[in-house]
Amino acid sequence: MINVLEVLETNKMIEQENLDVRTITLGISLIDCIDSDIKELNRKIYEKITKTAKNLVSVGNEIEQMYGIPVVNKRISVTPISLIGASACKTSEDFVRIAETLEKAALEVGVNFIGGYSALVSKGMTFADEKLIRSIPKALSTTSRVCSSVNVGTTKTGINMDAVKLLGEIILETAELTKEVDSLGCAKFVVFCNAPDDNPFMAGAFHGVTEADAIINVGVSGPGVVKKALEEVRGENFEILCETIKKTAFKVTRVGQLVAQEASKRLGIPFGIIDLSLAPTPAIGDSVAEILEEIGLEYAGAPGTTAALALLNDQVKKGGVMASSFVGGLSGAFIPVSEDQRMIDAAKVNAISLEKLEAMTCVCSVGLDMIAIPGSTKATTISGIIADEMAIGMINQKTTAVRLIPVIGKEVGEVAEFGGLLGYAPIMPVNQYSCDAFVNRGGRIPAPIHSFKN
Amino acid sequence: MKKTIITVVGRDTVGIIAKVCTYLADNSINILDISQTIVQDYFNMMMIVDMNQSTKPFQECKSELAKIGEEIGVIVKCQNEDIFNQMHRI
Repeated sequence: MINVLEVLETNKMIEQENLDVRTITLGISLIDCIDSDIKELNRKIYEKITKTAKNLVSVGNEIEQMYGIPVVNKRISVTPISLIGASACKTSEDFVRIAETLEKAALEVGVNFIGGYSALVSKGMTFADEKLIRSIPKALSTTSRVCSSVNVGTTKTGINMDAVKLLGEIILETAELTKEVDSLGCAKFVVFCNAPDDNPFMAGAFHGVTEADAIINVGVSGPGVVKKALEEVRGENFEILCETIKKTAFKVTRVGQLVAQEASKRLGIPFGIIDLSLAPTPAIGDSVAEILEEIGLEYAGAPGTTAALALLNDQVKKGGVMASSFVGGLSGAFIPVSEDQRMIDAAKVNAISLEKLEAMTCVCSVGLDMIAIPGSTKATTISGIIADEMAIGMINQKTTAVRLIPVIGKEVGEVAEFGGLLGYAPIMPVNQYSCDAFVNRGGRIPAPIHSFKN
Repeated sequence: MKKTIITVVGRDTVGIIAKVCTYLADNSINILDISQTIVQDYFNMMMIVDMNQSTKPFQECKSELAKIGEEIGVIVKCQNEDIFNQMHRI
């Protein structure tokens, strides 16, 4: 039987160390909504989402009460809209209508984000894909809950450099249209390589075409819990360090598994995966950079950071895999700059740079995330940064992502304020040398040699 | 039906257990086990209870117990036992 110390340990994690279930994300397939009439399509999309997700928020709240653990976000992901709207949307404006419908549906069911305003163009763009991509600045500036992503490369297909080039321009245009709010629109947009079909975390969540009609994916978190556990083993060797992370990750993930099963039962929707990611928030004591410091670094970004992050990521996976029957999504450690207080501090004192962050993305679950750069950065430079990150994902057969925010009107040394969970970020310097001729070549980078596993 | 874990945490005063137990008895909630410990001068009590015969739904008991806790200056929480089983047992 459970003893009082175990109960106290669990409750201490929740109350003092910010253990929570970061998100219950309901993936909904919109494939059965496809129609050649835009009005009819919008009606069907609205109906399907509001019907399927009707009880999502209330069930999330019930679970929170029952187990006494915060379920911070309830969210929805849908089938990439470029597929759903391909038949009905004659123009980019038509796609914006769908974004508005998604916004309305999200508002109706009470979720704070809805993801899937997306296109998968790793080898080529259809006419619909291109129209959707061109509609992203308008869609993200006229809605507040819709999140967008574009997959521009995979290990199997290579990298679509035409799309990479276009997205540099699209990101700048989105920044320009939302410049009144520090280019916040860009915080809702992610460029991926090897995007997973079942990621529950925003802004990159979408419901892949390989998925069932509806599915529950859960993202757990708890950097604070890992940090506290590591305080107990200060000065010990790597074996003990790794063992401690693994055990903690196991405990955290078990809670996610419980919540996912309960949500699945109550909603009558199958359970998909648990995403094991350590996701920070700007709250004190909820930071991944702080774990890196606890491992032994003065600041995230100091020499040793990549190794520390690599072991952290690996132990989180080892502990988590044992705790859940299905893991998926991005699973690892997130290293967003603006959403992590100690990462912000590291950026402020120049302990961390864009280049070091890029190195770190080779060993962690995502990529260059929530990084504010000068608004004067050229579109081709943004494309170049994206291409670098996509190459890391393609060659290493892992997911990588880019969520950059060129903050219009601000330069290095200033601070961009995004508010809430998105936090704030000092503007980081970008390499000033040109990559115009590289980006302007056009075409695609072929798939790497290790993609031929037939 | 799953069991519920009630925890009471706060400064030790006279009658904490009495108040909580009276409430449970009044609502036909059966206590299966009680244990307590003092951690850093704080009174920590855990009860394992069976709410199957309870006259009120879980949610109502949870908020009423929290209110009783407030009145005597302690924090009373009710949680389904599964969260602890999951975390501490393979």
